[in-house]
Amino acid sequence: MTTLTVNGTKHELDLPDDTPLLWALRDILGMTGTKFGCGMALCGACTVHMDGQPIRSCVTTLALANGKSITTIEAIQADPVGKQVQEAWLDVGVAQCGFCQAGQIMSATALLKKNPKPSDDDIDSFMSGNICRCGTYNRIKKAIHKAADKTEV
Amino acid sequence: MRNIRPGDAFAEKSSAIVEADSSSTLLSENLLPKRQRPRKSSAKKVQPKQGSAGKPSIHESAIKHVSGLATYIDDIPELSGTLHMAAGGSAHARAKVIAMNFEQVLAAPGVVDVFTAEDVPGELDIGPVFSGDPLFVTMGKETQFVGQTLFVVVAKTYEQACAAAKLADIQYEVLTPNVRLQEGLDAQEFVLPEHVIANGDANQAINSAEFQLRDGGYIGGQEHFYLEGQICYVLPGEDNGVHVFTSSQHPTEVQKLVAEVLDLPSHKVIAEVRRMGGGFGGKETQAAALACAASVAVYHLQQPVKFRLPRKHDMEATGKRHDFKYDYEVGFNQDGVIEGLNMTLAGLCGCSPDLSQGIVDRAMFHADNAYFINQSRVLGLCPRTHTVSNTAFRGFGGPQGMVAIEAVIDGIARSLGEDPLTIRKRNLYRDGADTTHYGQQLDPSVLQEVVSTLETSSEYWARREAVKSFNAANPFVKKGLALTPVKFGISFTAQHLNQAGALVHVYTDGSILVNHGGTEMGQGLYTKIAQIVADEFGVDVERVQVSATRTDKVANTSPTAASSGTDLNGYAAKNACQEILQNLKAFAAAHYNVDVSAVSFSNDQVFVGEQVVNFADFCLQAYKGRVPLMAYGFYKTPKIYYDRDSGHGHPFFYFANGAACSEVLVDSFTGEYKVLRTDILHDVGKSVNPDLDIGQIEGAFIQGMGWLTTEELLWDDQGRVMSNSPASYKIPTAFDVPREFNVALYERENSVDTVFNSKAVGEPPLMLAISVWSALADACASFANYQYAPRLDPPATPEKVLKAIEDAKLFAASNGQA
Repeated sequence: MTTLTVNGTKHELDLPDDTPLLWALRDILGMTGTKFGCGMALCGACTVHMDGQPIRSCVTTLALANGKSITTIEAIQADPVGKQVQEAWLDVGVAQCGFCQAGQIMSATALLKKNPKPSDDDIDSFMSGNICRCGTYNRIKKAIHKAADKTEV
Repeated sequence: MRNIRPGDAFAEKSSAIVEADSSSTLLSENLLPKRQRPRKSSAKKVQPKQGSAGKPSIHESAIKHVSGLATYIDDIPELSGTLHMAAGGSAHARAKVIAMNFEQVLAAPGVVDVFTAEDVPGELDIGPVFSGDPLFVTMGKETQFVGQTLFVVVAKTYEQACAAAKLADIQYEVLTPNVRLQEGLDAQEFVLPEHVIANGDANQAINSAEFQLRDGGYIGGQEHFYLEGQICYVLPGEDNGVHVFTSSQHPTEVQKLVAEVLDLPSHKVIAEVRRMGGGFGGKETQAAALACAASVAVYHLQQPVKFRLPRKHDMEATGKRHDFKYDYEVGFNQDGVIEGLNMTLAGLCGCSPDLSQGIVDRAMFHADNAYFINQSRVLGLCPRTHTVSNTAFRGFGGPQGMVAIEAVIDGIARSLGEDPLTIRKRNLYRDGADTTHYGQQLDPSVLQEVVSTLETSSEYWARREAVKSFNAANPFVKKGLALTPVKFGISFTAQHLNQAGALVHVYTDGSILVNHGGTEMGQGLYTKIAQIVADEFGVDVERVQVSATRTDKVANTSPTAASSGTDLNGYAAKNACQEILQNLKAFAAAHYNVDVSAVSFSNDQVFVGEQVVNFADFCLQAYKGRVPLMAYGFYKTPKIYYDRDSGHGHPFFYFANGAACSEVLVDSFTGEYKVLRTDILHDVGKSVNPDLDIGQIEGAFIQGMGWLTTEELLWDDQGRVMSNSPASYKIPTAFDVPREFNVALYERENSVDTVFNSKAVGEPPLMLAISVWSALADACASFANYQYAPRLDPPATPEKVLKAIEDAKLFAASNGQA
C-alpha cells in the first residue's frame, strides 16, 4: 500500500511498488494534465513536484514516492509562484500544441522557487531537460523572466 | 478506471486577446473549478475583447494548455470495458514470414485476442495514394522493414498487451535487405517512376558557361518526435460502425481507410480530432495504421479499444523525413550567375510510395529556392529500401531541394572567392529573370525587398568584417556568418486537395459555432478561423467557438498539411459567413424597411439605417423571421495546375518568402558550436494573427535547425533504427536556441486573393534554418581562407563539423595557405 498526498489530498493506493507515479496520477487518480512523452525521463513532459522538487514521474516508482507530497499542474495555480508562471505563459502566448507545457510550467515554477531572478543561462541550464518539439523555447524564456519580474523576492 | 475530472473546466471559453495584465483575470476566474470561483458580482468583469482577424489573439486553448485541462486522446475518460492494443513487429528488415505461433501470447495474463491479416474483413492495403502499405504482413509474404506490423494483441491493460506482444513465436526465412539509399539506387529498385522537370538545354548551357562545378552531397532525414505519440481510441458505433478518436492531420483519410479495412461504407465511420500534441507531417498518413488496426479489433470484439505506440516503437515503425542524395553540375559566369543546372534529387522513400511522389516533386520544385536557374534539368528519383516508408515532414521535400541549391551557391562563391551573399543576391529572382524552372512566373519584388531589408537590419557586411577580424585573431575558435533566403510554394501539388468546407451555425443567443475540415496541432488554426469568422460578423471573438474536426460534420476534407490550413478552411468559413450575412442583411432590410446597403455589422452590433441592434437580439429577430442561420461554405484554390508530362505549370497559388541571417561560433578541437545570433524577416502577407505567426516562425526555425545540426537518424546494416529514443536522437533544447534571436514580420498584403490577404506560415520558416547550416559551413571554410567549400552534409553534427574543418585545413596546407 502506497500513501501519497497529491495536491493536498491524501490517497492510499494498492498498486505494485514499481508502478510509475505517472500511471497512478493519470490512470488511477484521473489527473491527466501530466503527460507521457518518452517514458525514459528524457523529455520532461511528465514533470511534477515531489516534496517541492521537480521530478520525472514516468520513472519515479510508487515505492520512491511513498509518503511524499506531490504537486501536479492541476494545482499549480494555488501556488503563488506557479500562478505567476501560468499568467506569464498566457501573457507571452507560449504554448503551441501544448503537450509539453504542463512539464515546462512545473519545471519553470521549480526554477523560480530556487532562483527567483534567473539569468538566461540559468534558465537554459535548468530547463534543458524539458523538450518542446514546437520550439517555443524563446517564449518560455521570456515568460520565465516575466514571472520572475512579478514575483516578490 | 478513470475518474472523471472536474468537468466544468472543460467548457471554458478561452479565445481572448491578451491585453496588458488581463490574463490574471482570465486565470483566477477560469482555472478554478466552478464551485470555487468567485461569484460573478464580486469578480472583475473581463472587458469585451475584439481579437478579430489581424489582431494578436491568444491561442484558443491557451488557458487549458497552462492548466493541464486541454484534452488529448489519452486524456479522454475511458469507457468501462476499454481494451488496450499493442503491435508485434517484424524482427527483420527483409524476411519471408513462414510461421506465426501465438499460443504463449494468448495464454498471457489479461490477453483477450490476437489479430492478423486473416482477421481483416475488407481491404488489407492502407496505402494513402498508391498501394504498398499492408496493415499486417500476410503469412508467406516478405516483410518490408524492421518493426512492420505482423499482428496486434488486445489485452485488458496496456502493460499486459505490450508484455504479451513479445511472446509470439515467429519463424522467418531471412533475406538480405537494402538499407541505404545508395543500395536502393544500385539495385535500381524504385517505388515510383522517375520524374523530370526540364527547361531549355541544361547541358549545352553548362558546357558553354565560363565555369563549371560538379559536386553533390547527402541530406539526412528527421524524426518527427511529436511529444504526443501516435494514438487512437476507437468506440463501437451503430450498425457495426466505429467512432475513431485519432491524433491525425487527416481525419477523412482515417475514415476512408477504416471503412475500406472493415468493408463498410464511409458513412458508418466517424473520425474525430480535437487537437494533436504535435503533428509536423508525422500524423498525415501515419495515424491511419493505428486507427485501422484498432478498428479491426473493435469490429470483432465490439468493445472500445485504445492503441498507443510506446515511444521506441513509434520511432522505429513510423515514417520520417526523407533522406536525399543530390548530385549536380552547374555552369556559371565570372560573376557567379548561374547559366545552367543539372541536378539529380534522390529521396529515400523506404519500402513503399506513401506520399513520396509529392515529396520528391516538391524537392524538385524547390531546387531553385530563390534563384533564377535559367536552363535546367532536374531529375527526381524514388529509390526503394527495406526501411520504414518515409512520409510528410514540415516542408515536404522542399527543404531538401533548397539545401541542395544552397550548397551549389556556396560552392560557386568559394570557387570564385566571393562572399556567398554576393552570389546569392546576383542569382536572386529579379525583373526579367522571374520565371521558375517549371515555368511559373513570380513577382520578384518581395524576395528582393526581404533580402535587402535583412541585409541592412542584420548589419551583414559590418558583421562580416567583424567575423573576419575575429577569425584572424583566433586560431582555434572561429565564427561563421550566412544570410539565406526562402521562397516556398503554397498549394498542395495534388490539385484535388486544394479544397475545403466549413459549417457555420449562428444561434439565437448570438453565439457562433464553426466546424471545418482543418485540424489543430498547435499551429493556432482554430484561433485564426475564429478570428476570421468574428471579423466577418463584426463580433467579439469570444462569441465564436470552433469545435472538434469530425468527418460527420464536414465531409471529404483535405489533410491539414502543405501550410494550407488557414488558406483553405479560413476561406471556406468566410464563404459560409458571407451566405448567412447575405440572408441577415436581406432580412434586416425588409424588417426595418431600409436599403440592404444601409445594413452593416461591427462592434458586436448591427447597424440598420439609423437603428443599432445588439447582435444577439438581432439573431433572435432573424430566427423569428425564419432566416436560415446556418450555412456550409466551400473553397477551392483557383489558377493552379501542373502537367507532369511536360514538367511545366502553375502548381503554386503564391509563394511565401523570408530570409535569415545566422552567426555561429565553432570550436576547432571538438567541432562543437553555438548559434550566437539569428535575425529573421519573414513574409506572412497581412497576418491574421501576428503573435501566432511569430510563434510559428520561431518554432519552425528551431525545428529546422535541429534537422540540419544535431538530429541524426542512424540505421545498422540489418535495417534496425539505432536512433530510437531521445537518448540517441538529439532534439534542440533551450540550450540550442540562438543567444540573440530577432524575428520580424514582413507584412505586405498577399497580392493574390487569400483569406484576409494573409500567407501560409506553417512550413516556410523551417527553411530559414538553412542559414545556420550555411554559417557552420562558412566557419569551416574560414580554415581554408574561404577558398574551398568543405563538404558538410546535414545534419552538421559536431563530428561532421570537425571533419569539415580538417578537410579545409588539408586544402589550405596543400595550397600553401596553412
